[in-house]
Amino acid sequence: MEPTSPFGRFWQEFRQNRIALGALIVVALIVLIAVLSPWITPQNPYDLSNLVLTDARRPPGFIGSKGFTHWLGTDAQGRDLFSAILYGLRISIQVGLVAGALAFAIGVTLGTFAAYLGGRIEALIMRVIDLQLSFPAILLALVLAAVLGQGKGPLIAALVTAQYAYFARTAHGAASAERSKEYVEAALSTPLPPRRVVFRHILPNCLPPLIVVATVQIANSIALEATLSFLGLGLPVSEPSLGMLIANGFQYMLSGRYWISIYPGVALIVLIVAINLVGDQIRDQLNPRLRR
Amino acid sequence: MIGFVIHRVMQAVVVMAVISLLVFIGVYAIGNPIDVLISPDATQQMREDAIRAYGLDQPLWKQYLDFVTRLLHGDFGRSFVYNMPVLELIGSRLPATTELALAAVMGATLLGVPLGMYAGYRPESGLAKAIMAISILGFSVPTFWIGLVLIFTFAVQLGWLPAGGRGDTAMLFGIEWSFLTRNGLTHLFLPALNLSLFKFAMMVRLARAGTRETMLTDTVKFARAAGESEWTILSRHVLRLIAIPIVTVFGLELGSTLAFAVVTETIFSWPGVGKLIIDSISSLDRPVMVAYLMLVAFFFILINLAVDLSYAALDPRLRARRA
Amino acid sequence: MTAPLLQVENLATHFMTRSGPLKAVDGVSFSVQPGEIVGLVGESGSGKSVTGFSILGLIDPPGRIAGGSVKLAGEELVGLPPSALRAIRGRRISMVFQDPSATLNPVLTIGHQMRLAIEAHETVGEKAARDRAAEALLRVGIPDAARRLDAHPHQFSGGMRQRVAIAIALLNRPALIICDEPTTALDVSIQAQILTEMKALARDLGTAMIWISHDLATVSSIASRLLVMYAGRIIEEGPVADVLRAPHHPYTAGLLASLPANAEPGQDLVQIPGSTPSLFALPPGCAFSPRCPHARPQCGTMPDLVREGARGVRCHFPLEIRGRA
Repeated sequence: MEPTSPFGRFWQEFRQNRIALGALIVVALIVLIAVLSPWITPQNPYDLSNLVLTDARRPPGFIGSKGFTHWLGTDAQGRDLFSAILYGLRISIQVGLVAGALAFAIGVTLGTFAAYLGGRIEALIMRVIDLQLSFPAILLALVLAAVLGQGKGPLIAALVTAQYAYFARTAHGAASAERSKEYVEAALSTPLPPRRVVFRHILPNCLPPLIVVATVQIANSIALEATLSFLGLGLPVSEPSLGMLIANGFQYMLSGRYWISIYPGVALIVLIVAINLVGDQIRDQLNPRLRR
Repeated sequence: MIGFVIHRVMQAVVVMAVISLLVFIGVYAIGNPIDVLISPDATQQMREDAIRAYGLDQPLWKQYLDFVTRLLHGDFGRSFVYNMPVLELIGSRLPATTELALAAVMGATLLGVPLGMYAGYRPESGLAKAIMAISILGFSVPTFWIGLVLIFTFAVQLGWLPAGGRGDTAMLFGIEWSFLTRNGLTHLFLPALNLSLFKFAMMVRLARAGTRETMLTDTVKFARAAGESEWTILSRHVLRLIAIPIVTVFGLELGSTLAFAVVTETIFSWPGVGKLIIDSISSLDRPVMVAYLMLVAFFFILINLAVDLSYAALDPRLRARRA
Repeated sequence: MTAPLLQVENLATHFMTRSGPLKAVDGVSFSVQPGEIVGLVGESGSGKSVTGFSILGLIDPPGRIAGGSVKLAGEELVGLPPSALRAIRGRRISMVFQDPSATLNPVLTIGHQMRLAIEAHETVGEKAARDRAAEALLRVGIPDAARRLDAHPHQFSGGMRQRVAIAIALLNRPALIICDEPTTALDVSIQAQILTEMKALARDLGTAMIWISHDLATVSSIASRLLVMYAGRIIEEGPVADVLRAPHHPYTAGLLASLPANAEPGQDLVQIPGSTPSLFALPPGCAFSPRCPHARPQCGTMPDLVREGARGVRCHFPLEIRGRA
């Protein structure tokens, strides 16, 4: 049976790629357990009164003083790593999604209106964006994190600043291409308000490339957040994200206590690689040049 | 051609001025500028002296002009932590970073371009798929994590290579270099590998995509019809045709590597500018931060300029259009 | 009759696609005598270019030569190992393509590209290669050849660029040149020039040519013999003058009638009704029958290519002949 909706057709083709399908399932599972983490973890890793210092830095499989098994060991504060990883994933996904959504909104608005307005304003906006894109995102984020201080808000601001330009450029490229097409000219010649033309006609047609950028950028946000936290410029120590857990474990790794760094890292990488694999497949499916 | 160069240089100057304005607003106008200029431990009297001395009682536009004038004279202030001129401080750390970045980008290019070309030439082969799998990993996995795994594997578990530092260095042109000594090379290897993985992945992708597209063109068909061997076609025709994006990325990456070096240098305790900036951020050594920002911006503009100019050298069609 | 230089027998080239094999060339047979210029005419998609590439073994996957034989001076080319085929390409058979701005490498100098084409077959010194390249450029009418060797393709006009491509094809003095619409991308005035020059070159050097084109007029002005292709098969062949005077196949007749030169001034051009069939959905029997004004039920079976003297036609009810009957 041939599905008729565009999404149905897309899904049919997506399913054909086993790796991408597997990656999508992994992403869904990780998001699910991250959301459910308060109910499925044996310990709340952010509740300091819960932590027992004599349980610190124990290897995987250690049965702690609270009577349950630390399957992935404990960190330097005696946190159960399994619980800490799930909570860390929750923060990472949250930060990645919020930053991604904000960057999407700001970037697309800027890019689309630049394309719509044209002329000098367009040239100016795109010049600034090109300039920003030639700067490494990590550097911008680093500076902002340093200037704004620690916390979720500054961190997200840094991530958004580092990433909105990608959305803006993609939206601008797609929108300029659409803008010059005849149906837009036709729509603009009707008495419809231009705003409606942008939202009803131009934007929907820019969506495919934007979806691809969004997938990649969410993975990048998560990686960037982890990197900043690893460098000590991300979230506060009391609520360790994955990057912070890895950073804290780094010093113990040299003495062979690998688990504090390695397991959060594995969780982080599985998540990022899975998102990227899904993104790759979406890009291949949406790229008309690779289709024959 | 000369007109084009002048045009580009002018553009670079304008961009640099805009950036200096942004940095000025960011660090001087939003924050309290006096914090940037003198140590937080200074007495009230010293603060007031400094405010007058630096003209902070002047209107903003005048302050900006002074700021730019000082920059143009190479006066970036003194580091609170190291108590030495910032420019000198950064200059002393620059060779380490340059060495690391060059080793990483060159390694990534020399390995990534041939492997990527092969993956584009024989996309269905097992080796091509393996190359692409590595490149996906190199793209996805954060640099700091790869660094940790490298240290854990090669330094902690196997004990083959040192985990950090620059090792022995030797002098060349009055600058200390690690790659000139055996010990230094062993110290350079892991951080360079760490830093190069992302660029390697990028080079592989670029070379693969370019090769795949070029192989379908009439240029390749015509060369084949002339009886040229596949090796000649790849090494003479395809490589030259895909060289332009690769050189662009090579140049731009050299710049971004300076930034990425922040992470690698922190992990491997590599005494370069990246480690310096992280240290200065955590110790609030603001003059160092300002100088670092301006210098990186300057580098970027310089590199962008160089890439633009080398375009013209590589692509005769472009040269003609701009002449 | 001398031994043919090229003998193509039952050549079949198929492209494997998702919807099954696509028979781009389906049982094509013809021969080329030394020094002869053969025109291969057909609409786009008729398989004429694929035929040309198949002779050189230049079919990229998902295409492959599914059967038949191509003999060059008696030597079988189909199934030759790649290295042996490579030794023939450019030296004994070379090829000129449609769009010279796409075939020449834009980032290499002309001299460099010509040297690569020479070095593909022999080891020569830098100086010797330059001399030969300059000589080849002179031969195709490029003035100041020695200096132009250091120029890049974009510094030449379209016509000059195609002359360079022809010079490259002539570098190793091949016995046969396959020209795949070499004048289609050029201005009409330059087309005529190049046609004349190529004809003279072929005569002077004794080079045989297969001239592939969709344009019956161009082909007739250079070729001595004509092959007309439709949907992957040859449907008519014969000496140019004879075919033009009295086409046997209704398709050839339609092509001739649709030439602007044959139209009355002020009258509409004659068109062949319908359009080229998709190779995926060929009608049973004669592929032209749905468009043919003379089609009858018998056309549902595939007619054979019937040869009579120098002429040949693949039609149950050939024109002229039927008229005589």
